[in-house]
Amino acid sequence: MIKGLALLSFCFLAGMWCGALLGSWLGIDANVGGVGFAMAFLLFSKEYVTNKGGWNGEFGFGLDFWNKLYIPIVIAMAASLNVKSALSSGLLALLAGTLPVLLAFGVVKILLKQVNPEK
Amino acid sequence: MKELEVILDKNGLIVAFLIVGILTWATDVFSKKALNGRIPGSALAIGLALVLGYLGGVFAEGEQGLADISYFKGLSFLGGSMFRDFAIVATATGASFLLIRKSGMLGLISLVLGIGLFFGFGVALGWLMGYRDAISLCTIGAGACTYIVGPVTGGAVGASSEIIALSIGTGVVKTIAVTILTPVLAKWIGLNSPGAAMAYGGIMGTSSGVAAGLAATDPSLVPYGAVTATFYTGLGCLICPSLFYLVLSTLLG
Repeated sequence: MIKGLALLSFCFLAGMWCGALLGSWLGIDANVGGVGFAMAFLLFSKEYVTNKGGWNGEFGFGLDFWNKLYIPIVIAMAASLNVKSALSSGLLALLAGTLPVLLAFGVVKILLKQVNPEK
Repeated sequence: MKELEVILDKNGLIVAFLIVGILTWATDVFSKKALNGRIPGSALAIGLALVLGYLGGVFAEGEQGLADISYFKGLSFLGGSMFRDFAIVATATGASFLLIRKSGMLGLISLVLGIGLFFGFGVALGWLMGYRDAISLCTIGAGACTYIVGPVTGGAVGASSEIIALSIGTGVVKTIAVTILTPVLAKWIGLNSPGAAMAYGGIMGTSSGVAAGLAATDPSLVPYGAVTATFYTGLGCLICPSLFYLVLSTLLG
């Protein structure tokens, strides 16, 4: 279990480092895509460990636990944000949450037509 | 009673586990019993958490929602950037190169189209509502992608708690909209094959909304939609705070 967790920690730290380096290289005070880099590292590591035959249930559990914890963490985060002052922009959340979805359904329809023109 | 208060105060993180657990259990029961599982329990739980964050803000008059009430301060630790980013990285275990090959070119096109569409639309609406700085606009656009990409982007570029709350709210609305609209519009868009489900999953992106929406349409399509939707959040977390943020800050000077 702890081996899987250690691999996750390694990928996370390495990814954050890349994000911080990219940020300072671009001259902005932000971690640029650190989470994305870390995910890419984890994807490669997983492939490597699986090929070596080291990815068993116990190893995976260390990562899977955190994989499953992410919704609870988002719940905790949502409850500890400054929702009160965001409420004045609640209309924006409603519009930005629905209008693009309607458009996206249209895009799916068009895309599928392109792929299957015979239908 | 005083002893309990001391214990609650000392073990904030554990209290947070308990609160989130109770909240999840309650919304799961509500989703199954009252709504027939039509709306994903996770979206309901996050929505309810936002409501609690609002109430916390009203009663404690702080800026950290429910976490401003001292017994609940562990929530801001559990929901802080460290655990959040760590758990999001762990979600990449659900993906693999096998899945990438399986989703293929159509999957890639739909992912890029989907993220670009939602981000662009979100930024445009944010602009219309009077937001003018690249940090806020980028976070709002990312929130229009999913309720995960929003806070990750906001955290990375340094957005305010208020804007991050807004981006999560947007993402939650999107998930619910996708869930409700999918079975209604499935026939119209031609959502009837595994390939179609993959393209749909890549464009819509919100994994819980895609899974719930497909389950209501045709349960056999759920795994195909999930393949591409898994990558959406990862790709969004990669390009929203980097490429998209740079484009926005360049455009806005």
